[in-house]
Amino acid sequence: MELGVIGILGAGRVGTAVARQALKAGYRVRIATAKSADEIALLAEIITPGAEAVDAAEAAAADLVVVAVPLHKYRTLRPDLLAGRTVVDAMNYWAQTDGVIADFDDDARGSSEVIQEFLAGARLVKSLNHIGYRELEVDGREAGSADRRALALASDDDDAKAKVAGFIDRLGYDPIDAGPLSAGRLFQPGTAIFNAAHTAEQLRGLLAEANEPALP
Amino acid sequence: MEIGAYSFGDTQLNPDGSQRETSEAVRNLFEAIVHADVAGLDYFGIGEHHTTSMPASSPGAIVAAAAAATKQIKLGSAASIISTDDPVRVFQQFATADAISGGGRIEITAGRGSSVETFPLFGYDLGDYDELYAQKLDLLMTINNSAAPEVTWSGSRRPAIADLAVVPRPASGRLPIWLATGGNAGSSARAGQLGLPVSFGIIGGAPHRFAPLAELYRRSAAQAGHAGPEIQVSVAALGLVAPTKQEALERFYPGWRNLNVEMGRLRGWPAPDKRAFLAQADAPGAYYVGDPDEVAERIVHLHGHLGHMRHFLQTDIGGLPHEHLLESITLLAAEVKPRVTRLLSRK
Repeated sequence: MELGVIGILGAGRVGTAVARQALKAGYRVRIATAKSADEIALLAEIITPGAEAVDAAEAAAADLVVVAVPLHKYRTLRPDLLAGRTVVDAMNYWAQTDGVIADFDDDARGSSEVIQEFLAGARLVKSLNHIGYRELEVDGREAGSADRRALALASDDDDAKAKVAGFIDRLGYDPIDAGPLSAGRLFQPGTAIFNAAHTAEQLRGLLAEANEPALP
Repeated sequence: MEIGAYSFGDTQLNPDGSQRETSEAVRNLFEAIVHADVAGLDYFGIGEHHTTSMPASSPGAIVAAAAAATKQIKLGSAASIISTDDPVRVFQQFATADAISGGGRIEITAGRGSSVETFPLFGYDLGDYDELYAQKLDLLMTINNSAAPEVTWSGSRRPAIADLAVVPRPASGRLPIWLATGGNAGSSARAGQLGLPVSFGIIGGAPHRFAPLAELYRRSAAQAGHAGPEIQVSVAALGLVAPTKQEALERFYPGWRNLNVEMGRLRGWPAPDKRAFLAQADAPGAYYVGDPDEVAERIVHLHGHLGHMRHFLQTDIGGLPHEHLLESITLLAAEVKPRVTRLLSRK
């Protein structure tokens, strides 16, 4: 069976790590930044060997798109290009590290809900945000391994979520459905899920715990 | 291969865990630099951090003081956060230190900084993060590359300069200006395109995974037509040298733990994990913690991957007792450096 094409927007530490892990899993990968394909050709050749450097429009046209740009640049993403696409939001709002961004700080919603509003029409799935870029290429395991790490997914689009779950699984991680996109708040920076590695069973337990209504 | 040290200043702790004076930390840092010069270390990099635990906020001032008190050691910032500083002032301070040093020992390393504390401190907008960095770096390079004292520059994030003198000029015409990066591919490529030497800050993971970044840096430089002696790589990493590996681990761990507890409180991280520390403190981990043999061998091993010309360690974190810093510097200069030189000459 032919695996799909993964498009990656962003060639920083996260974007390039996802690209390499996807290549290792057998996917074809296209990587793009705000620069032209020519300008990042050398970067792709050396840092993500096997990935094709493309313009953002071409990456956005892939079967599955991973967005990994610095969050403060999210408005440089093109909603028109991503409308109708399955899009993984791997970004985080982490004020203590990256500084306060009003669009996210003044909003009680999770960062992916703000991104979804901006990328209206995109089939957004929050995932890949609570694993370190260095860990992503090291912690992956065969399905069924006892110590296999789990990654949460949150989305309001069940088909998109299922598609991303297959991708996460192939990258070497147990995909765990956390619920609608608003459930992404449960694995943002500062949460127990964000701060450590968990197996599927542990992750399900933490999600259930976080979902329990507070006692009166 | 040059062997060196760097520090953000390290405020000592009282027995009850409370912090001692930040002024003491600055005096300790100054003393460590003078000690490093006498011991024969090649390089010392300073700051810039703005916290009570790491108070080396003014690399230019410390470098100037150290320039007067040292004879042979190279001194530089590690790094100057130029996004939120004035490149004219940064250049003037380091060119002044260069004059005082006798010339040829003073460098600037320009970086973005690992945190964003300087933005509110100096009144800059984080929304300008990328533009500020690009434009301030451009101004700093324009000043440095100017043949005459008079400089002309314009941009959108700082008032323009029209044919105004920026003095003193460095004794040798220009200062080495390095670009610091924590391993971002785009930044590595940019350093090469600009023809600047690059300094990789490697604070976690296996250091040899920076090999593709070094290759990208060198090929980007070649593609842009830069082939001179300025195309070189240095590595800044955490580490401590002690007479034995066990002593090195015992000395470095408490400070590492303190620093991570503090960062965790600030950033919402969990308590630090000693197993993670121990994993990083052995090859191929990121921490150069060991006896002189091990540290020298690991530096030489990394050299096989990166071809770097300078390896320098940050040792004083989390209230490391000052005498352990001084002994580590002594061992770096007297024991590690000759071993590195010998091992490299056999290759």
